[in-house]
Amino acid sequence: MNRLRTIFVSFFKIGLFTFGGGYAMIPLIEREVIDNRQWVERKEFLDLLTLAQSVPGPISLNTSVFVGYKVRGLRGAAAALLGVVLPSFVILLTIALFFADVRHNPVVDAAFKGMRPAVVALIIGPVISLARGMHWTMFAVIAASALAVWGLGWSPIYILLIAAAGGIAWELAVAPRIAKRNNKPKA
Amino acid sequence: MLLLWQLFVSYLKIGFFGFGGGYAMLSLIQNEVVVQHPWLTNAQFADIVAISQITPGPIAINSATYVGYSVGMQTGYVWCGVLGSVIATFAVCLPSLTLMILVARFFMKLKNNRWVEGAMRGMRPAVIGMIAAAALLLIFPHSSEPDEQNFIDAWSWVLFGGVFVGSWRKVNPILLIVLSAAAGILIYYVFGQ
Repeated sequence: MNRLRTIFVSFFKIGLFTFGGGYAMIPLIEREVIDNRQWVERKEFLDLLTLAQSVPGPISLNTSVFVGYKVRGLRGAAAALLGVVLPSFVILLTIALFFADVRHNPVVDAAFKGMRPAVVALIIGPVISLARGMHWTMFAVIAASALAVWGLGWSPIYILLIAAAGGIAWELAVAPRIAKRNNKPKA
Repeated sequence: MLLLWQLFVSYLKIGFFGFGGGYAMLSLIQNEVVVQHPWLTNAQFADIVAISQITPGPIAINSATYVGYSVGMQTGYVWCGVLGSVIATFAVCLPSLTLMILVARFFMKLKNNRWVEGAMRGMRPAVIGMIAAAALLLIFPHSSEPDEQNFIDAWSWVLFGGVFVGSWRKVNPILLIVLSAAAGILIYYVFGQ
């Protein structure tokens, strides 16, 4: 019982102090889970991050569920999940409860008019930095999926399914052939 | 009742197809709550993203709680709003919870699996395109209604440019959002009257 509460409190802290979500919470999870509690080893944590990224859902949620499960089974997973979600849930519910009243306040309205274009700029940043490391042929895929979702109004789900199928086909059919060709001169 | 069920299904989908986490899920959320269902306007969606930037936690959870509340409130009762936020938040967590437990139990070798590697490799550029699509839709909405617009005048583009340069120089995004809120108050309230 005590252990469950420790799991809950640890992940509550992680949930409460990670702004911006995603990769921003990794250092915090690292400190709490590896250094403070020694629930996971550092090497294992790297594998865990790779796994958390291959499974859908926010990376912070996935990591929490995994660590909770490893420490204390199903209940541990539930305690970790509850802990990491509760802070954002309570904060956003509070905002939602009062937002309707302040929404039409002219000061709040002016503040949001300023924040909206800022948010778009913050989203475009990662697009450019992520795309920069890619092979140039991938830009066609990036542009096609952007246009299909934005211009044609396709659901992103179809794009993901097509892209995953394409990636698997490449990995199973094309990549081994390229590897074989590259190895031949050496043999 | 039907509304709450639709809410549950939408957020279950968002959780299940949310590969890449964080910004990558924006396009999915936007598609479900702005494009497929009339739950939020394009500007309200931008507001949620802004609120998520300055509050802790992943945007998927934040948007689930907020959208769940506003959808539930359409019935007119506060308790329905709270119920809606619980349902949406639960739905978006459910795939993470089940899939991650399955992975922890059975598929620790998943990371070296060629199928998974191939799927991830294919999805990576698509996810970048999806983030771009979310940004494009925020700039150029499908509808020309005034409350769908995030860019309302030249000042919007000035703020956009300033924040873009700031984020490129690694300025803290929370600070950038707070500064742009202050700028908005100056431009549209103090000097705009």
